[in-house]
Amino acid sequence: MIPRYQKILFGLLLAASVAMGATLWHLRQRAHERLIAGQDSAPTSAPDVAPAEQATLLVANDSNGAMLTQFLSLPLPADPGARARAVLGKLLDLYAAPDAAHPVPGGASSVTQVFLLPATELGAAAKPKLADSKTVVILSGESSATPPAALSQQTPQFGPQMAVVNLSGTFAASHPSGIETEMLTVLSICGTLHANLPRVTQVRFLVDGAQRATFAGHADLTRTYLAADAIPAEEIRP
Amino acid sequence: MRSTKWTLAALLACGMAASPVTAQQAPSVPQARFVVVLDAAHGGDETGGRLANGQFEKTFTLALTTRLRSLLAARGIQVVTTRESDAAVEPEKRAEIANHAAAQACLSLHASESGTGVHLFVSSLEPAQPVRFSAWKTAQGVSVARSLKLAGVVNSALLQAGMSTTLARTTLPAIDSMTCPAVAVEIAPERSALHETTAELDNKDYQARVATALAAALVEWRTEARQP
Repeated sequence: MIPRYQKILFGLLLAASVAMGATLWHLRQRAHERLIAGQDSAPTSAPDVAPAEQATLLVANDSNGAMLTQFLSLPLPADPGARARAVLGKLLDLYAAPDAAHPVPGGASSVTQVFLLPATELGAAAKPKLADSKTVVILSGESSATPPAALSQQTPQFGPQMAVVNLSGTFAASHPSGIETEMLTVLSICGTLHANLPRVTQVRFLVDGAQRATFAGHADLTRTYLAADAIPAEEIRP
Repeated sequence: MRSTKWTLAALLACGMAASPVTAQQAPSVPQARFVVVLDAAHGGDETGGRLANGQFEKTFTLALTTRLRSLLAARGIQVVTTRESDAAVEPEKRAEIANHAAAQACLSLHASESGTGVHLFVSSLEPAQPVRFSAWKTAQGVSVARSLKLAGVVNSALLQAGMSTTLARTTLPAIDSMTCPAVAVEIAPERSALHETTAELDNKDYQARVATALAAALVEWRTEARQP
């Protein structure tokens, strides 16, 4: 003999199961209808893409130890940090190409981040001078884009900047060893940054977010590099 | 006992006879001490680059240092080396050795598979005025001008030996802390204008030519240093 309370409980559970099944069926139908409706909606506007602009890359050449200027049309973001990362990515893509004159594996993904900070004045003796007396400071030739010196000092948003380039550990570990090849990588990064972002006057390097002594035992990565000194005078403009 | 007296008398007589001869000679001007520091880059766990024949850069630089030291010793030049074996030496220690030696020239020897010929590098620090206490990381600043002159002498010697060279500035921690005229010498394979390799780094003749040219440059540097 089944007690009465058990009959009532069984009835309630059966009713709840039927109700839950009906609800699930209803929800499934609604999801199916949404899916079918979504397939009909064709894109009506193109996604936002940065406009193509002329980028200046200082490309190193191991055979003669020099850097050549290359002008490329690239979609460059408006944000300066993203812009710096985009040009450096393109530069490292050139180095990762099979027939590169300065072969360095890694490519664009090696540039993890580029931070732009207000630059600080360096002591005269601590300034690494990267090229001979033929080099000039590009900022002196920028008439329209560069604000007056007084304004630069008063307002940090117009003043000189330091770019902190964070590279991947894989890039640093796979970099060919040698004074010349390591210096060319450093100089071409500094020069390319300054050519595209004239306010960038100093460059520092991080590897995986931390300071690293060298790429492969030679060029010092712990120093602050003066970006303008990396650009030979004859290579600034075509 | 008697024989000892005779021996002493004979020595005294020789000394007295010899002393007038010494007195008659022109008074010789004492030559300034000329010391060269040879820094074989890398060592120990820090192997440096791997060269085409599988050899590590540290082995190549040590072998070149040994060869160059012999050439310089044969020319009467005192040599101090930063390492004599496959041992790890920190850049600070290398600079310490060079600075303690009070050398007139310091060569840091490197090797690389990239590029062509011999690459000469001088510190990228700006020239600085001598001060009583120099900052450790920028001590080379006071000698940059002389380092550039030394690089010019080395460059001339290498060109005379028929080698291609490049001159540039660099940031090497060991060099930047040295107070002597310092040049980093990086030897790469010799390549033709068509980028065909004409002499690999393991070519004994090429190594000998580089070492001989460097020795000739240091002899020339000593001559210039001794000129008033």
